[in-house]
Amino acid sequence: MASLGSVLLALAFLAAVSAAVIALLGRNGDERRVEISRRVVYAFCGLLTACVVIIEIAFASNDFSFKIVQEHSSVETPAFYKLAAMWSSQEGSLLLWAWVLSIASSLALWATRRKLREIVPYATAVMMGVAAFFTGLMLFAPDVQPFATLGNAPSDGIGLNPLLQHPSMMIHPPMLYSGYVAFTVPFAFAVGALVTRRLDAEWIRATRRFALIAWAFLGFGLLLGARWSYTELGWGGYWAWDPVENAALMPWLLGTAFLHSIMVQEKRGMLKVWNACLVVGTFSMALLGTFLVRSGVLQSIHAFGDNTVGPYILGLIGVVVIGSTLLIVSRLDDLRTPKRIDSLVSREAVFLVNNLLLVGLCAVIFWGTFFPLISELFTGNKASLAAPWFDRYTTPLAILLVLFTGIGPLLAWRRVSWESARRVFRVPAAVALATLVALALFTDAAHKPWALALFAFAAFALTGLAREFWTGAAARRRISGESTPTALVGLVTRNRRRYGGYVVHAGIGVLLIGIAASSSFQSNRDVDLKPGESTEVDGRRITYVKPVVGVDSEKFTYAQLLRVEEGGKLVGYLRPSQRFFKPTGVDVGTIGSYFAGESTSEVGLEAGLKEDLWIAPRVDVTDVQRRARAADKGFEACVEGAPGTPPQCKALQAMMLAAKANPTLRPQALGQISKLQSIAAERVAKSYLGDNAPVTFKVIVNPLVTWMWIGGLIALAGALIAIWPTRGRRRGALVRTEADARKEAKYREIRDAELDHAVGKLSDEDFAAVDAELRREALEILDGENGAKMPVGANGSGANGNGAAASGNGARPHDPEKVEQG
Amino acid sequence: VDPQRKRKIRLVVALSVAVLLAVALIYTSFAASTEAKQPSELIGAAPGTSYEMTGKVVKGSIRHVGNGIAFRVVDRDGQGKTMPVTYRGTVPDPFRSGREIVLTGQVQNGTFVGEPETLITKCPSKFTTKSNG
Repeated sequence: MASLGSVLLALAFLAAVSAAVIALLGRNGDERRVEISRRVVYAFCGLLTACVVIIEIAFASNDFSFKIVQEHSSVETPAFYKLAAMWSSQEGSLLLWAWVLSIASSLALWATRRKLREIVPYATAVMMGVAAFFTGLMLFAPDVQPFATLGNAPSDGIGLNPLLQHPSMMIHPPMLYSGYVAFTVPFAFAVGALVTRRLDAEWIRATRRFALIAWAFLGFGLLLGARWSYTELGWGGYWAWDPVENAALMPWLLGTAFLHSIMVQEKRGMLKVWNACLVVGTFSMALLGTFLVRSGVLQSIHAFGDNTVGPYILGLIGVVVIGSTLLIVSRLDDLRTPKRIDSLVSREAVFLVNNLLLVGLCAVIFWGTFFPLISELFTGNKASLAAPWFDRYTTPLAILLVLFTGIGPLLAWRRVSWESARRVFRVPAAVALATLVALALFTDAAHKPWALALFAFAAFALTGLAREFWTGAAARRRISGESTPTALVGLVTRNRRRYGGYVVHAGIGVLLIGIAASSSFQSNRDVDLKPGESTEVDGRRITYVKPVVGVDSEKFTYAQLLRVEEGGKLVGYLRPSQRFFKPTGVDVGTIGSYFAGESTSEVGLEAGLKEDLWIAPRVDVTDVQRRARAADKGFEACVEGAPGTPPQCKALQAMMLAAKANPTLRPQALGQISKLQSIAAERVAKSYLGDNAPVTFKVIVNPLVTWMWIGGLIALAGALIAIWPTRGRRRGALVRTEADARKEAKYREIRDAELDHAVGKLSDEDFAAVDAELRREALEILDGENGAKMPVGANGSGANGNGAAASGNGARPHDPEKVEQG
Repeated sequence: VDPQRKRKIRLVVALSVAVLLAVALIYTSFAASTEAKQPSELIGAAPGTSYEMTGKVVKGSIRHVGNGIAFRVVDRDGQGKTMPVTYRGTVPDPFRSGREIVLTGQVQNGTFVGEPETLITKCPSKFTTKSNG
């Protein structure tokens, strides 16, 4: 099986290389070659899928002749974690990377099989170049071959680290990888667009969805990581500004900026240089994230293994950054546009500000993350920056970001008069002000000005978004006579991108409220309690009822039964615990070995919408350890038949001697010993119950932290709404040409302006001017297509526009004919 | 003011703000950072200065003292003199003998006194290549 895997992997490498070469040979419009290269990419995906299946079968069937299986799984590892153990290894995670890339490339090429004929060959070459790099690593770099075998297969494996045996830990890495990897697609098409100088918005339209998918995966991965840290690591936080966390956050921030600024290019043809830089930056950051986990350059709580692949990935990052920079510089003349932002009071202007804030955030985090290297360069000392430094810069930037995120959706594209801006700002601003005053008067939020500002701005943003939904649905209802819920659903399904985006904004707003509240108003204390004692925390009475000890073949569990009462009334029982694992992969250990492996905390969590009560115990097992050592000594003496040991020892000793003489008796003797030992282990573990020993409880009251998870899930739902293909596009996908796409985009823009007018974001004069401009641009597109001059005179057809847009009667609001007639 | 000039002014203002922010960032990062040292480099270090110590917990040296812990730390390569450490506060789950830690604190009377909540233990790697059995 392993040799079959190696052969398939080698074939996959050849497929990636040849797909890239064939695609480049077909760059001058040789349809047949491009077609062949696409099929080779599909084959590449198939080969890697087979490789993954072979590895998974090996895990599922406990085939310990595979090195990867022996080192990361064992007979006792639960089935679910066996399947997921592949990516807990260096080589397995590289295979996952390459596999996800092969899927993303295949999907991207399938989606563009009748589009972007000039760009696709180069994009194929870039994607397959990256794929060949990662596949090549697994073939040629030392120590990372997924199909490496062990000479004589051991009977059991080392097993999976207990800390990683957590559901979210198993989904978290593939989510992050999918996020990192999917950014390859927009990058590859951007390179193709730059090389061929096809620098309009076509490549963006074709890959926008991939960028959004990548963004959603990465965000969800970050959220899962935070959740794991909160519930499993026993320190009570969800974010520590650790280099590896930062490495995943940076591409997410740049990706967020990219997703916004490409809209400006799509609608206005501006910011082309900026977008090209952003997509290169995002992809480089994604590679950097992949690199950081695999090199030893920075100190991190996420330990890094050997650095065998680090230098190679660094080389790839160098090639990507330098190559792309040269490419962008050589195309600067083509990227420049004469267009300028019309007004500072417009959506594109706010997008630009938000972009700068996001890039600024990323720059701060980058500097802080790599500061140890920077300072070593200048002072010779590896000095690092702690969380307070990060907070000092990221907090104000994040708060400004919330403010501008609130303003952006309220403004229309191109230009907005002060008068209409004032009209849409009135209600959100009033709500923000009321929130500010109420919080300052009735809570202690006034002591934390940053948090107070964030709450006010978030109130502004959320009210603005609510207003968007409300006025949009109202306009629709006015025209179609639908009920409000139907109108709301219709509004969202007709304008998925816009309203999906708004849902994402609302989710992020809620998430930031959760972060601000829980980080500013957390109460955190350590209490020592003996069984029967209780303590008072923020109006709650917590009683340590009694300890509970559990013993099984792999771990000792020290749990504490806690009673929580509020105002004399029982709220519930919590049962946090600390678990001590035996080191994995040891057949017969001593009793003391239970304390030689990992220990994990199972947090006691009473989650609520208002606040979380979070309790993690720290059990003092010094006495138990001492008794375990004594018991181990006693056992040794017993097996040796030392004088003064009980009579059963004689029998045991006789058994051992017999086993020495006759190896077939050995398992029986060992079985007897481990049976006796497990009885002793249980007795030792439970001796704790008689100690009446105090436990140090870390008790945290975290206000509103649940909203962080809720907000994250809302944002994810919003992203799904925006990603979901619209029915019209799905049907039209097969026949659409690039000119059609450009036309359709312009119609959508006209419809957007009409919607903005209908919900009062554009005043009548603003709308008339913007609409006339858009219609002129639409005519230019039609002219270019037909090669003949069309009668110009777009004015006047605006009146029927907003009804059609808001009613969404299924047809395109403006057929080309209509525009021409106008 | 003609638009060309206006744009130029705007650009200059934006760039100056960016430069100012960058300078602040660089300045504070050097001022706020703590030097990273290994135990052998910290022996005889001046009291009153905060350091970030990285090293390995010496096997079998962990003791509970009051509501804190005391242990010894050795350089990452396991060579050289060891440094006694006291620490109060949250102890991360992966903390144990032989693990690499990062701890911020000061040297007082030859003992490294850690600041509460600054103890970081390297996760037992997902990517370990050595067997720990």
